[in-house]
Amino acid sequence: MILPWLILIPFIGGLLCWQGERFGLGVPRWVALFTMALVFVLSLILWSQGDYSLATLTQHGAAHWQSEFQVPWISRFGISFHLGLDGLSLLMVMLTGLLGVMAVICSWKEISDHIGFFHLNLLWSLGGVIGVFLALDMFLFFTFWELMLVPTYFLIALWGHNPPTGKGRIHAAMKFIIYTQTSGLILLLAILGLVFVHFQGTGQLSFDYGDLLGTKMSPHVEYMLMLGFFIAFAVKLPVVPFHSWLPDAHSLAPTAGSVDLAGLLLKTAGYGLLRFSLPFFPHASHEFAPIAMWLGVISIFYGAILAFAQTDIKRLIAYTSISHMGFVLIAIYAGTHIALQGAVLQMVAHGISAGALFILSGEIYERLKTRDMRQMSGLWSRFSYLPPLSMFFAVASLGLPGMGNFVGEFLILLGSFPVAPVVTVVAAGGLIMAAVYGLILIQRALHGPAHSPEKLKDLNMREIAMMLSLVAILLYLGLYPQSVLDTSSGAMAGVQHWYSTALSAPQNIAQ
Amino acid sequence: MTLNEQQFIALLPILITGATTVVVMLAIAFARNHWWNATLTVAGLNLALASIILAARVAPQTVTPLLVIDGYSCFYMALILVITLACATLAHAYMEDFAGNREEIYLLLTLAASGAMVLVSSRHMASLFIGLELLSVPIYGMVAYTFRNHRSLEGGIKYMVLSAAASAFLLFGMALLYAHSGTLSFKGLSGQFHMAGLHSPLLVVGALMILIGLGFKLSFAPFHMWTPDVYEGAPAPVGAFLATASKTAVLAVLVRFLLEASAENELAMREAMGVIAFLSILVGNFLALTQTNIKRLLGYSSIAHLGYVLVAVVAANHLESEAVAMYLVTYIATTLGAFGVVALMSDAGRLHDADAIFNYRGLFWRRPYLTAVLTVMMLSLAGIPLTAGFIGKFYVIAAGVDAKLWWLLGALVVGSGVGLYYYLRVVVALYLPEPGMVQHDARLDWGQRAGGIMVLALAAVVLIVGIFPQPIIDLIRDAGITALHLS
Repeated sequence: MILPWLILIPFIGGLLCWQGERFGLGVPRWVALFTMALVFVLSLILWSQGDYSLATLTQHGAAHWQSEFQVPWISRFGISFHLGLDGLSLLMVMLTGLLGVMAVICSWKEISDHIGFFHLNLLWSLGGVIGVFLALDMFLFFTFWELMLVPTYFLIALWGHNPPTGKGRIHAAMKFIIYTQTSGLILLLAILGLVFVHFQGTGQLSFDYGDLLGTKMSPHVEYMLMLGFFIAFAVKLPVVPFHSWLPDAHSLAPTAGSVDLAGLLLKTAGYGLLRFSLPFFPHASHEFAPIAMWLGVISIFYGAILAFAQTDIKRLIAYTSISHMGFVLIAIYAGTHIALQGAVLQMVAHGISAGALFILSGEIYERLKTRDMRQMSGLWSRFSYLPPLSMFFAVASLGLPGMGNFVGEFLILLGSFPVAPVVTVVAAGGLIMAAVYGLILIQRALHGPAHSPEKLKDLNMREIAMMLSLVAILLYLGLYPQSVLDTSSGAMAGVQHWYSTALSAPQNIAQ
Repeated sequence: MTLNEQQFIALLPILITGATTVVVMLAIAFARNHWWNATLTVAGLNLALASIILAARVAPQTVTPLLVIDGYSCFYMALILVITLACATLAHAYMEDFAGNREEIYLLLTLAASGAMVLVSSRHMASLFIGLELLSVPIYGMVAYTFRNHRSLEGGIKYMVLSAAASAFLLFGMALLYAHSGTLSFKGLSGQFHMAGLHSPLLVVGALMILIGLGFKLSFAPFHMWTPDVYEGAPAPVGAFLATASKTAVLAVLVRFLLEASAENELAMREAMGVIAFLSILVGNFLALTQTNIKRLLGYSSIAHLGYVLVAVVAANHLESEAVAMYLVTYIATTLGAFGVVALMSDAGRLHDADAIFNYRGLFWRRPYLTAVLTVMMLSLAGIPLTAGFIGKFYVIAAGVDAKLWWLLGALVVGSGVGLYYYLRVVVALYLPEPGMVQHDARLDWGQRAGGIMVLALAAVVLIVGIFPQPIIDLIRDAGITALHLS
């Protein structure tokens, strides 16, 4: 029974925030903080109680879920309200709870108008994300997939920034929602295609994950349906050439919106590929894998090169996200157990490091009123706490050993090498690019001559506490990743099992 | 020809609606009182709505060779009565400050409603034509009702001229069908379509002409030119009626004609409808992009939405009538709600309705609940999950995927993407900072008045259908077309 509450709590909390505004401006903030903290604590309880070592998907028999919830919904189409939790979804829900708390805290001072409505949108978007991570019915999944976008649209369009030059926040929000919704409709077509193929084969109309798994179809149909799923996830991940919404949306969103986008929304795409695309269409995915991997390589380099050329600090971080997600894409299509584990760890670590960098750039913006790095230089002499923290997250993002990102990237490269040596070698070059843009961020913003010797208002206790907890988690992921790997191991073993049985070449069956 | 008791009961909804018209007319002649006349209308319509329960018990019944009261027509008659009730409520709020005679709008409204009800129960070309004219002629008057506003008058005349042209097409089509087959009943034509198939140009051209004639009323793409002007000119409650009741009734009879007369077995018909659907989706959505007037925008969006429904008709599979009914229910609730908000924001005492998007800027900070309603309606029109619009779109896509109509589905995806842009433009304007000067506003107590309650109820319906559609799906599945033989 805990699963539906994980989704309901943010939705109810959002409504309370909206109505709570009339009792005082602080009320929505505290309600939102309490709500997300509750979600996070619930997910921690689930983590401590469950046993996530068993494989979620087995070749024979029903899928094994650590926790499950199912009630009939629209029986006409065999749709049920079916939620399920395994190690992968649990990690993602924990990440959502954590970043949700951070998103609420980081908007404490930044958002000053229409606070109640802001938190309504923030919490509903987070609720939608949790729904995506838990849904096991394709109709339900699609509902949440679309549902999380509308509040995010409002976050960008109403509380975003209007840059002095160029198109404004409404343009960015519109671009974001048109990209994601249109690709979402393609996903809906593919889902319905899969359902009707399954219906023709078995005479059973069902949207349930367990039923649709292992649907028999011709190679051509499988490939087309797989492409439908892939396009929707590729837009959200994003994969070059479907990425052009991302820099605008990330850079013009308010800080909480950027944290939500980079930390969570991008992860829903990786999750979707792992949970649905690979197990539903193993043969087609395998056939498509070289293309997907090379798209990943292109994303790595394209994101890195464009990040290097940015002057706006948030755009820089946005482009690094494209680069990092390229690694995740390679790992997912490599499909070995080690690579998949690396992908999960990379998603978690990137969520935290990118979220932290966006929060830091929000804090810099609050103090300097600019996000242009050309006007920043020499910040090291003007703050005492902010620069070292920025440096920590910048080097975490470039993959310094000791932080979670390094472990993720290392596992990805290690696991992908036996399957696709050329791709892996080329992708490894991306790490050098990461060092370049990471250091250029530090160099331009923190070092150099200061614009004025005057000290700026440093981070307060709230901000320092928030940042230090993220530092601690990132170090924990880097120094002792085993606990995360143990949690996702069962889920990834299942995915790897489904994917590898479709491979024909024996050397590809790693592990 | 005599009516037996059962046929009489089956006919009750139409009879009561017709009687309401007469009673309201007499009441107006007796004393002009806006509130009393409106209340009388609403009471009569409610009575008619209640009598559908009786009619549904004795259904299916054929009443004369012209009409059939079956589950299908009961369902659509109920929809039309609900729409008429909603429009009467809105008209009451809207007409309060109108300088001229306020009461006759109820007369025209009930008259049009009885036409629409005849239309949805017709099984013969003659009743189709009578119903269509009975529906259209009062609408000319209603569109031009606020005739001091020259846009309203222009809209009314435009609609009348183009409707007359459409009727000419329709009549010519019927004549061709009659010349070939010697019968005008749908069932009789069915045999002809089965026998003749592709080899009879008279049948094919006749059926296509009928499609064109009805296509004018449904504002399908090459025949859509009148739509934005008439929507803009019509007073908001009339616009609501035109966009919902008239479309529903005509589409219902089109589907019945296609199914009962087996005209959709004709390949040329399906191809023509496919092209029309494709054009409607693209034309409607792309032309809506640049609109700054919310009524024109709703006009163009209705072209696109009718295009979406037509995809389900072209699919012509087991989902067809179910998908059409579901889409219409969601479209009606949503469109009525959107026009309802416009009507609440406007009043007939002013020269123009509150129809520029600019009038709605920052509305959320003044009227949060009314804005929430309009937001829900716009999201539903855009087809976002958990609103009714998504369920309708889901049905259409399911029917299309099942029939493998990939090119139409491609147009639907593109059209929906474009649609998001203009629907969300309206939505985001609602939440932007308020402009310095507010030109239009809803009354402070809008939520306690009939129109306001109706709009809030529609928002609830849109959300409930979106979240839990199973009951309405069951209802629609019970209301299938009953195959009845010639009597």
